[in-house]
Amino acid sequence: MAVRTIYMDHSATTPVDPRVVEAMLPYFAEVYGNSASIHRFGRAAAKALEESRRTVAAILGCHPTEIVFTGSGTESDNLALRGVAFAQRRAGRGNHIIVSSVEHHAVLNTARQLEEVFGFEVTYLPVDEYGMVNPEDVGRAIRKDTILISVMYANNEVGTIQPIAEIARIARAKGIPFHTDAVQAGGMLDLDVGRLGVDLLTLSAHKFYGPKGVGVLYIRQGTPYLPAITGGGHERGRRAGTVNVAGIVGLATALRLAQESRESENARLRRLRDRLIQGILERVPDARLTGHPTERLPHHASFVFKGINGEELLLALDVEGIAASTGSACTSGRPEPSEVVLAMGFPHEWAVGSLRLTLGKSNTDEDIDVVLEVLPRAVASLRAMQAVEV
Amino acid sequence: MTRVVVAMSGGVDSSVAAALLVEQGYEVIGIMLRLWGEGGDAHASTNRCCTLEDMELAYRVADHLGIPFYVLNVADFFKQTVVDFFIREYLAGRTPNPCLRCNRFVRFDWLLRRALALGAEYLATGHYARVREVDGRYQLLRGADPRKDQSYVLAVLGQRELRHAMFPVGGYTKEEVRALARRFGLPVADKPESQDLCFIADGDYRAFLRRHAPEALRPGPIKDTGGRILGQHQGLAFYTIGQRRGLGIAAGVPLYVVDIDPVENAVIVGTAEELGRRACLLEGVHFISGEIPPGPFRATVKIRYRAREVPAWIIPLPEGRARVVFDEPMRDLTPGQAAVMYDGEVVLGLGLIARLERDPAGAESRWGALEVDSKTDEAVISCGQPMRGGGWP
Repeated sequence: MAVRTIYMDHSATTPVDPRVVEAMLPYFAEVYGNSASIHRFGRAAAKALEESRRTVAAILGCHPTEIVFTGSGTESDNLALRGVAFAQRRAGRGNHIIVSSVEHHAVLNTARQLEEVFGFEVTYLPVDEYGMVNPEDVGRAIRKDTILISVMYANNEVGTIQPIAEIARIARAKGIPFHTDAVQAGGMLDLDVGRLGVDLLTLSAHKFYGPKGVGVLYIRQGTPYLPAITGGGHERGRRAGTVNVAGIVGLATALRLAQESRESENARLRRLRDRLIQGILERVPDARLTGHPTERLPHHASFVFKGINGEELLLALDVEGIAASTGSACTSGRPEPSEVVLAMGFPHEWAVGSLRLTLGKSNTDEDIDVVLEVLPRAVASLRAMQAVEV
Repeated sequence: MTRVVVAMSGGVDSSVAAALLVEQGYEVIGIMLRLWGEGGDAHASTNRCCTLEDMELAYRVADHLGIPFYVLNVADFFKQTVVDFFIREYLAGRTPNPCLRCNRFVRFDWLLRRALALGAEYLATGHYARVREVDGRYQLLRGADPRKDQSYVLAVLGQRELRHAMFPVGGYTKEEVRALARRFGLPVADKPESQDLCFIADGDYRAFLRRHAPEALRPGPIKDTGGRILGQHQGLAFYTIGQRRGLGIAAGVPLYVVDIDPVENAVIVGTAEELGRRACLLEGVHFISGEIPPGPFRATVKIRYRAREVPAWIIPLPEGRARVVFDEPMRDLTPGQAAVMYDGEVVLGLGLIARLERDPAGAESRWGALEVDSKTDEAVISCGQPMRGGGWP
């Protein structure tokens, strides 16, 4: 079938940049040493590893020793929450954790397990109609025994950018470690941990044209942390396991490339995104933008459509060659509403009809034209399906 | 290119259906329905027709054919329209056929609507049946293989459904379909036949009812046709008309279940002579042509999926009812089952067996009584909402 395919799901993952592939290639079969080995093979690998660490540290504005390479963004989130929670408990500092209610499941389900299995108390912060956390709510939720706060940098479902620096100031004033899941922000937003004021930060390479299976956890010097993955002394004892040198070289290269073109690419994406949002809101009746109208990721457009099932819309778009997502964690096909969209106050009949279109390097004005032609038709026929007899 | 959605199950019939359509040049989209199973969790469904293994197989077939493949979860809707109906019917003392219900509401409504919304012209399934267009009207015909013919479970379809229906394997025998599967290189050529009652994990409907509707298994009296109590039964759902075994009654002559009385929670037994019925009343009568014949007509009638066809007179009655008068006494007419009417190769339609009648003459006189029998009417209404156009409930 000669369907023109359009990929608009860059928040799910991105293609690896050919320059990144090129940079990674020597580290599979040529420079294959274990970076922990003493011999020359190991030293060659360690050299690439430490160069990559310096590259990432420069972009985050931190010391290279504060960078821990991991196996994924999810792993980084797990290490951050468990690592701080267990270290704080061991030091007898308390038992209370604060997270937002719109976190990625990597944070949310980890917090739930810390609550249900390990006996921590967790406060889930509400969000406003745009999916944004109010820093004042953070201040109000803090208790004497609060030992960790985690609020994502930008939301994966609705693209809203959270007021991280303000929350960090509040946490800092109380001496509470503050983690942010910056997986969606990586390669797009300012990642300077000094300006952000965060103590821990999560990144994932495959969201910015790097390879899958490699992530970063930044841990500020002095942050209480116990490794949740134990074993050898890799990554200064903070994440055991033989180091994925090729992947890390890919991550560092991808982050550097993204950083270099960040401003021009963001401006390009913002223009396309605004065309897409405006076009959809004009052409599709009973459609609403979800997430913040301005404080949102430059490539991110998300909507709810009244009275349809987002999964079925995805299927209809896929048949026409357009790859999108509902943005929700719905994998079963059951029309379950998005928790994030519900948390923002949308009623059920809207919340099952969510759609996320996330743009990237490959997308052009022509792609926007096609989506603006196909999507209104698809929504209309799905709505007609409910009403009209066949 | 004409777009067709194929309902894929991971079985050989629907896989070959998809392959034939690809070969014929259609733009084919494979969709598998995830139905309800007792396991509950979508990932651990115990529905025997959509296990993870079947899903994997269907996926491999779609991949082999180079067609897109999607899984749609229809578990909640299937539970409400098919499983709950199945339980309700047993509670009312009837013996339901859930496959007809599924074809009517799940495949040829829920899925058909979605197929059309995806821009498809047709919904294809792996059923052994055929569709024929005659002057803009659509006929449902038996499958070419008399041993596999599945037109019985499709008699619920009407003109609107048949216009969009395709049964690509309906013109072949099962052996030919298996040979086609091998020719197409499908990984399902030697897969065993799927089972009826897909949503009952172990196939034991009594155990299923014990779990989901224990009240259907309430003990009660076994009576003879004169009203004398001869023993105790284990629950109406254990008994079906014509059954001889498992009654636990010692009598001089062989006794058979001749009636089930849900109001009194009684099983009525009688002799072989008392078992035979010449007539029955159908409810929710549906004619595939969309036109109700003006007067009595001849047809052959199948009273169960695997029953032998028997010639009969069909007498259309008001309010979607009809009387069937068989040419010979019938021993296993069962309320709740569908009586499907045929004219040669053509499926005329069906009705649900509502009540058995001893003889055609007596039946006429009892017809009036039926109308005022509020208990019976209530039970009848509970078997389904009226369909558009007086269709099948």
